Amino acid sequence: MTGKQKKMLRSIALSALLFILANAARRMLPAGYVREVISTVLYMASYLVVGYSVLRKAWKGILNRRPFDECFLMTVATLGAIALAVYEKSGDYNEAVAVMLFYQIGEFFQSYAVGKSRRNITELMDIRPDYANIEADGTLKRVDPDEVEIGTVIVVQPGEKVPLDGVITEGSSTLDTAALTGESVPRDCKAGDEVLSGCINLTGVLKIQTTKEFGESTVSKILELVENAGSRKSRSEEFISRFARIYTPAVVISALALAVLPPLVRILFLGLPGGWHVWIYRALTFLVISCPCALVISIPLSFFAGIGGASHEGILIKGSIYLEALSQVKTVVFDKTGTLTKGVFEVSDIHHSPMEDSELLELAALAEAASSHPISKSLQRAHGREPDRSRVSEIEEIGGHGVTALVDGKRVAVGNDKLMRRLDIPFLNCHSSGTIVHVARDGAYEGHIVISDLEKPGAREAVTQLRRAGIEKIVMLTGDGNAVAADVTKKLGLDGYHAELLPGDKVRIVEQMMAEEGSRGGKLAFVGDGINDAPVLARADVGIAMGALGSDAAIEAADIVLMDDDPAKIAKGVRLSRKCIRIVYENIVFALAVKFGCLILGALGITNMWAAIFADVGVMVLAVLNAIRALRVRD
Amino acid sequence: MKNTYKIEVDCANCANLMENTARKVNGVASAVVNFMAQKMTVEFEDGADPKTVIRDVLKACKKVEPDCEIEF
Repeated sequence: MTGKQKKMLRSIALSALLFILANAARRMLPAGYVREVISTVLYMASYLVVGYSVLRKAWKGILNRRPFDECFLMTVATLGAIALAVYEKSGDYNEAVAVMLFYQIGEFFQSYAVGKSRRNITELMDIRPDYANIEADGTLKRVDPDEVEIGTVIVVQPGEKVPLDGVITEGSSTLDTAALTGESVPRDCKAGDEVLSGCINLTGVLKIQTTKEFGESTVSKILELVENAGSRKSRSEEFISRFARIYTPAVVISALALAVLPPLVRILFLGLPGGWHVWIYRALTFLVISCPCALVISIPLSFFAGIGGASHEGILIKGSIYLEALSQVKTVVFDKTGTLTKGVFEVSDIHHSPMEDSELLELAALAEAASSHPISKSLQRAHGREPDRSRVSEIEEIGGHGVTALVDGKRVAVGNDKLMRRLDIPFLNCHSSGTIVHVARDGAYEGHIVISDLEKPGAREAVTQLRRAGIEKIVMLTGDGNAVAADVTKKLGLDGYHAELLPGDKVRIVEQMMAEEGSRGGKLAFVGDGINDAPVLARADVGIAMGALGSDAAIEAADIVLMDDDPAKIAKGVRLSRKCIRIVYENIVFALAVKFGCLILGALGITNMWAAIFADVGVMVLAVLNAIRALRVRD
Repeated sequence: MKNTYKIEVDCANCANLMENTARKVNGVASAVVNFMAQKMTVEFEDGADPKTVIRDVLKACKKVEPDCEIEF
């Protein structure tokens, strides 16, 4: 509880005590002048203790020519009720005092609940390291991470946060990266590995040579992104602030009309007595109901909770406007490499070989031993051992074709179709997609090796989940050939692909699809790894960068950043955003329905001021509690 | 020139008022209040001195919301 809240609580308690005493005095003392004076003094004391701050604010509002705020409404309503009590000579100030008291209790609860949920959410996102340890003269010194220069060696003990990005020079440990990526399985690390700030060191002591200043470190980038998330406001939020601007004056004017018009009509046209006090009372009830706070507070809180919950899952959303857009996404476009596939070429198959697979691989790896081509590298990796160069001689690379070499005294040719044709070796065509490497020995065909870009482990699951989340169209864009694209599309169950694209084509196609989607009222999300698709990320309705940890360009261009490269997070993000938006609408509808319902009941004289204040506080509390639900989404 | 300030404000409506007020202060190009993070981001116009401008912003905000605070 903050100091302000404690003060508020004390004045509420004191006022409640005076209120009870006033009521006791009215009941216990014999009727008469003394009783009236004592109870009136106690009532007024109770009213002023709890209502002083409201009265002061209302007065200041009038002085600053901004009269229409809630304090003004409460002041008019309660002073009006007191005036009515004086006019009726009832000596019963219960209503005026109680309304002010309940209003302040509501305010207190609101401030407490909002403050508490605000803290909960910020704690979720709290990854800021407080200090860095520097070893000096055999002892550890704590310094501000801001002051550590690049290249300094810092010490991170078990249980501490890694304060700056760097490379491990000594020690090994496991790191908890949950705060950065939402990934709950700890990661092993050893000397030579890069570590990102914001991870928590779990087991061993690490010495880390820093590679970035604090301001450039991952943790700073993320914090900046999340803290600025509120600045890009969604349409719902804009709606609410516009609504609040016209709502309060409108209610005040209606209240005035309610107080004046019906009595005038009764007097002038119906020949009845005016019944002024009845209508003034109803108008005052009107004013009590009118505070727009339940709406104004719960909408930003819902978005804040949604963004907070998402960032806890490793999904960073740059503003509530993107959260809103994500919830409307109907089409998801993937850039193939780095999102659906690993972007690393690996041997995926071996066909038509009369010899053992491993033998063929060894042969190919030996022949390609001297080459630094990516294909050669993947052959070496699949072979798994350092090739014995002494077995290879007379290596000849033929650009665009392949390699020939003498391996164990035999002439081996490793390469594509063109090489086989050039050497007049009959070969078998392959139906698999990917790069085909034929192998021949002494002019005899020995089979071929298929090398392809492997799909990511979570890719298929991600597509299924996206469909379940209600995404209607999933399309892939790639610079690769048609065969490869068709193959991946079929394997993952996508709706289509565009292949052989240059980076510029991608922007054009995404724009086209956005126009189509826009005419149906949906939005398009583009998912890329941020390596050469930054323009597309920036252009799409929702640009999602994957595995962007450490890639500044991607973080800059994207609207939503997935901290790890698990494509299944996209579906989770969509579900989370839908839930958040649903809660926002629930709160808008609920708060407005209750408010308008009470306004009508109040105008008809069915409800009184007590019920009105409970409606006001109750709606606010329920809306805040509802907003907090946006923090979590089920798996 | 863009700066972020920590603020103290009790209700979301009041935060909206602060935002609207800050935008009208001379030397302020744009202002955004994030009620949940209790932060105000002010973009200053070229040539404006942030220190004096933010003082004016606070003064103007105090008028619409007497209880608010901006730390600078």
